[in-house]
Amino acid sequence: MQRYGCKGLFAALSATALLLTAAPSPGLAANERFVLISHAPDSDSWWNTIKNAIKQAGEDFDVSVDYRNPSNGDLADMARLVEQAAARNYNGVVVSIADFSVLKKPIEMVVAKNIPVITINSGTQQQSEQLGALMHVGQPEYDAGFGAGQKAKAAGIKSFLCVNHYATNPSSFERCRGFAEAIGADYKKSTLDTGIDPNAVESKVSAYLRNNPGTQAVLALGPDSAVPSLRALQKMGLKSKLWFATFDLSEDIANGIKDGSVQFAIDQQPYLQGYIPVAILALSRQLKTNDMSVLQEKLKASPKFQARLAEYGLAPIYGPRHISSGPGYITRDNLDKVLKYAGQYR
Amino acid sequence: MNTTELLARHRLPGPHADGDERMRRESLVSRLLGRPEFASLAGAILVFIVFALSAGDSGMFNLDGVINWMQVAAYLGIIAVGACLLMIGGEFDLSIGSMIGFAGMMVAIPTVYFGWPFWLAVLFAFAGSMLLGWLNGYLVMKTRLPSFIVTLAFLFILRGLTLALSILFANRTIVSGVGERAAHDWLGQLLFTGNVGTGLFSWLARHGWIATVNGGAPLVAGIPKVILWWALVALAASFVLARTRLGNWIFAVGGDAVAAKNMGVPVRQVKIGLFVFTAFCACLFAVLQVADFGSAAADRGLQKEFEAIIAAVIGGALLTGGYGSVIGACFGALIFGVVQIGITYTNLSSDWFRVFLGVMLLVAVLFNNFVRRRITEAK
Repeated sequence: MQRYGCKGLFAALSATALLLTAAPSPGLAANERFVLISHAPDSDSWWNTIKNAIKQAGEDFDVSVDYRNPSNGDLADMARLVEQAAARNYNGVVVSIADFSVLKKPIEMVVAKNIPVITINSGTQQQSEQLGALMHVGQPEYDAGFGAGQKAKAAGIKSFLCVNHYATNPSSFERCRGFAEAIGADYKKSTLDTGIDPNAVESKVSAYLRNNPGTQAVLALGPDSAVPSLRALQKMGLKSKLWFATFDLSEDIANGIKDGSVQFAIDQQPYLQGYIPVAILALSRQLKTNDMSVLQEKLKASPKFQARLAEYGLAPIYGPRHISSGPGYITRDNLDKVLKYAGQYR
Repeated sequence: MNTTELLARHRLPGPHADGDERMRRESLVSRLLGRPEFASLAGAILVFIVFALSAGDSGMFNLDGVINWMQVAAYLGIIAVGACLLMIGGEFDLSIGSMIGFAGMMVAIPTVYFGWPFWLAVLFAFAGSMLLGWLNGYLVMKTRLPSFIVTLAFLFILRGLTLALSILFANRTIVSGVGERAAHDWLGQLLFTGNVGTGLFSWLARHGWIATVNGGAPLVAGIPKVILWWALVALAASFVLARTRLGNWIFAVGGDAVAAKNMGVPVRQVKIGLFVFTAFCACLFAVLQVADFGSAAADRGLQKEFEAIIAAVIGGALLTGGYGSVIGACFGALIFGVVQIGITYTNLSSDWFRVFLGVMLLVAVLFNNFVRRRITEAK
């Protein structure tokens, strides 16, 4: 019995060792290995799009990319993963700036080892530059609000209500400010801190609209504020009469876009936050340059990249150094395509 | 019967021909094998072999790689020591992880929002956590409910309080800005922030014996203080356990509390003291982490209670109490840290991460159990 136990144990052990060594480096002659470190816990499905994106970018540019995340979403664990990436001497590191103060030291350690870093998703372009990263790929909050505001201005909007359900994050106000400055409104008077409770959102929105009957438009900062706001509008008989836009997509918002009560949803196009950093790192290693203008030109010229953009209906916004993954707009015209790829590539 | 006769009788051939078995001299090897921590030492060696084979050339065993996983092991090791003593004493604490989050906030909120000096906030956090640990122990002893249930309640209460109070005082769930204050505070500087042996490391770097970065500065500035804290807590706890009356009491209350009480052991005080010590370890974890990262967050320490208990169990502690070893728990923490970080050095997809973590832990525990059984049967 004991002998059997012993044998079984060694079988299990050798199987583990074998699996660990033989684990997927899927057939590619890839000697370049990058890593993308996110702050999301395992349960966060939003990052699935980014996981798919790095896989496809790896195929297109013939590199291998690991995806790492703290399984509980604990940023202290994430910091250890970044240090680990430095110790492993990856050829490039892609990391989200989930919290500047926590990740500063570990990211600087990666930079100190001359490993190129690209930051994505949360954090600002300034923080990215301060950390010594090559570039940042994200959706600048102000620009996203401003872009939506310009569309509203074209539709003749001069006043609006910004429904902010997560005022605890200071960057949320940037979205309202961008929109307000695009249409020339006072953002402080137009912003409502509603909290996350749907009933509270609904009653606060209807109270605001009763007090300010001249309001022409509503901007919601996400499904949590958009859905109760739409319900408030419906009860007041204003649905489809007020100009309505929101950040991010959900099923209710998709229905709103279909029936015309929602003009568009602002999408930060996460696929690009996975694909572009990997592509840029691969090109930078290949061409042995960190010159962003050269690298961006090469990226734009890549037929494989263009094919992916066309297939999924994505459009990045190129800057001199940083690339913005959004805002992208989901309207009635491209809704079907977005819904087809939702959760996978959109 | 005189003494000579007695000795003569003893020399007669019979079942005890070699003399009393308790007086038998054991070889060094068999004495080593008999220690409770040997099994987890063997498990740790096994895990190192697996990773040396699968990730040996990946930088995992370079200096910066070693410091990286040693830190993970050290943080876990600190709470594993507390959990281990408590388990030997026959009780559980499931509120360790929540205590870490709560203690972190007790340091961060007063420093950042009330303008307290860092040292005062640290003392406040230690006092607060140990009081909560006392409350845990008091409730367990008073109600005679299983500690599993009582501390499970505190798992939720403390996690909830961490979130609610951080929103109340700071209106956010991550409180940053502690790092600077800790680094310029005498207590923080002395005990919690930075590294030890920076002089030695830069001397080694100047001679080119360790890796350097751009300016010639050493890549690894020194040994993080958390590793020394781990060693200190582990040595102190194993000394107490092995060499003092208190150590005997801990084994006694965990083995059979009623018998211990009849023998005159202050069962209640010992158990409550162990809860306080566990809370102390959780708070030490939190203070070191806050000083290291410069911030506290409402989700810090999530599920650490399970990791601490796993480390103690790998280290040979019995879930039923009365048996275990602090050094074993430290090897348990080392195994956990090496596996957790080591997996990221292999080319595994992170989707499989938890599966392999679980398999590796199972293999380590089985191996460990197998070694222990062989030893105890061979005796």
